[in-house]
Amino acid sequence: MSKEKFITLKTQAVPLPIDNIDTDQIIPARFLKATTREGFGENLFRDWRYNSDNTPKADFALNNPTYSGKILVAGKNFGCGSSREHAAWAIYDGGFRVVISSFFADIFKNNALNNALLPVQVSDAFLKKIFAAVEKNPKTEITVDLAQQKVILEDGSSEAFDINPYKKTCLMNGYDDIDYLLSLRDEIKHFELAH
Amino acid sequence: MTRQRKTLFDKIWDAHVVKSSEGHPDAVYIDRHFIHEVTSPQAFDGLRKRNVKVFNPSRTTATADHNVPTIDQHLPIKEALSRHQVETLRKNCKDFGVELYDLGHPYQGIVHIIGPELGLTLPGMTIVCGDSHTSTHGAFGNIAFGIGTSEVEQVLATQCVLQYRPKTMLIDISGTLSKGVVAKDIILYIISKLSASGATGYFVEYAGDAIRNLSMEARMTICNMSIEMGARGGLIAPDETTFNYIKGRKFAPQGDTFDRMVEQWRQLKSDPDAEYDEVVRFDAGDIAPMITYGTNPGMGMKVTDRIPTLNELKDITEQPSFSKSLEYMGLQPGAAILGQAVDYVFIGSCTNARIEDLRLVASMVKGKKKASNVEVWVVPGSKQVEKQAREEGLDKIFEAAGFQLRQPGCSACLGMNEDKIPAGKYCISTSNRNFEGRQGPKSRTFLASPLSAAAAAITGKVTDVRELV
Repeated sequence: MSKEKFITLKTQAVPLPIDNIDTDQIIPARFLKATTREGFGENLFRDWRYNSDNTPKADFALNNPTYSGKILVAGKNFGCGSSREHAAWAIYDGGFRVVISSFFADIFKNNALNNALLPVQVSDAFLKKIFAAVEKNPKTEITVDLAQQKVILEDGSSEAFDINPYKKTCLMNGYDDIDYLLSLRDEIKHFELAH
Repeated sequence: MTRQRKTLFDKIWDAHVVKSSEGHPDAVYIDRHFIHEVTSPQAFDGLRKRNVKVFNPSRTTATADHNVPTIDQHLPIKEALSRHQVETLRKNCKDFGVELYDLGHPYQGIVHIIGPELGLTLPGMTIVCGDSHTSTHGAFGNIAFGIGTSEVEQVLATQCVLQYRPKTMLIDISGTLSKGVVAKDIILYIISKLSASGATGYFVEYAGDAIRNLSMEARMTICNMSIEMGARGGLIAPDETTFNYIKGRKFAPQGDTFDRMVEQWRQLKSDPDAEYDEVVRFDAGDIAPMITYGTNPGMGMKVTDRIPTLNELKDITEQPSFSKSLEYMGLQPGAAILGQAVDYVFIGSCTNARIEDLRLVASMVKGKKKASNVEVWVVPGSKQVEKQAREEGLDKIFEAAGFQLRQPGCSACLGMNEDKIPAGKYCISTSNRNFEGRQGPKSRTFLASPLSAAAAAITGKVTDVRELV
């Protein structure tokens, strides 16, 4: 089944300069009860975004009208904790297409890549630079160019990022891992019989 | 990547690669797949949309654990969304021919507890589940790791997952453990040293005589929390302890087949001088009863230590996150934690809800009563653990102490069901995560061993177990 393609993106960014943002913050467990993939955006960062009476917390970046855009910029070790893919679904459903951090947890990274959400890992120094740029001018736009594997800031500075060539092809073409695995079914059957 | 001197991880991985081609991740065959109600519904939906059947239903086992009540399990689930999720699992298992250990079934329980106790988890296997604590199964000398729902769909559709081979890390713990120190303290100590991201990108092998001397239950506790330092999984080479645990279990090989399998399993070890990408060694004698003070499992210390001050942090860029964490916990930098009053004690979860854990708790509380300021929940990991606890009379000990023995499920580890710690309250918990809100909105968690949790239940405050044992 084909997914949304990702080529390049130029938008504003929402900053979350906090380390070790775990999947329980991204989407708390009590909101994992849906049996579909949609609608999780509503509860993205629920307990940081809303007071207990469900009124929005004005000081949280996602509620601050100064910030907008499809790029979330976060501190190191983003997405640690649970394997819940709901975390990637919630971020995507919340309108984001890219998460930039200086370090990602493994399972989150896989889950993001499987859902057309691009995790972009940059150096600590460049992450600091992005935070500073957004703080200075929240309207500043960041370009994420997947073909060239580059993050480019408005002042012209840029940094290259790594992505696995297979995953890059999948994202740029909207391919899906299961289509590839299904094409191996005969080989898998052989393996299973011999195993 | 082919190595000359292979680690156990490499051997098992290599034996399961169906296809390895340039530019692609490996297609890895999965021997055992566990599913539960929370991370599987969207995967079954995917199968329906693609019009694909489950590739090999006999290799998948389902149970309901994350979202189930721990009281009155014979009644319909009250909360509509939770009920719908469990009903969806029932329908999916029926439609696709997958075995389900549903609420009320004698084999129901937390997915990582029932696999081993039923003999479904065996050495040399590849095991996955849509749950990060799948690493638990690695205690039997297999490759077990958590996956996302898209990957659950891959396994259901093809019995394979596409994965890049992680790097390998050896963690060696040698020496003798001190009095009052148990498996949970070992793993909390390791994580406090390596941090919550220190093993990201790695698959860990635990070795050393301190590990070798542990029971299977204790080894499972250690492997369980591998993910809390970012590792995809952790494994321990199988030995006589492993084989004795497996022998006679419901779905384990029986009789001559078992003996033949044991001969094969004995070969499952890393080559001498196997090459690991990283090696870390600790002295068992340095480990003391541990407790966490912050909001990730790396923020742990000896129960008698002080919380670090801002200046004592290794990396000054961590100061804002550290301060935020302590503010959430209502604790001060530099303060002691010993004597801190607690409101709740939770004994349960895939980390510490096996029969040995319950016995450990019972040994500490026998003939004693809980402090009046605490509420204590004991949630067994499975129906079988619950049954055995009752047969051994542990229920009587808990009852006399004022503890509530509940029915099996994930419960207050993640507070998906009604078992939530109220806002602002402190809970000493034998579970695996102290994240903000993990046990309920604004709840505050101290992770500790079952012994330390039992001690706190009696004194009503954070206690050094060595004073009681």
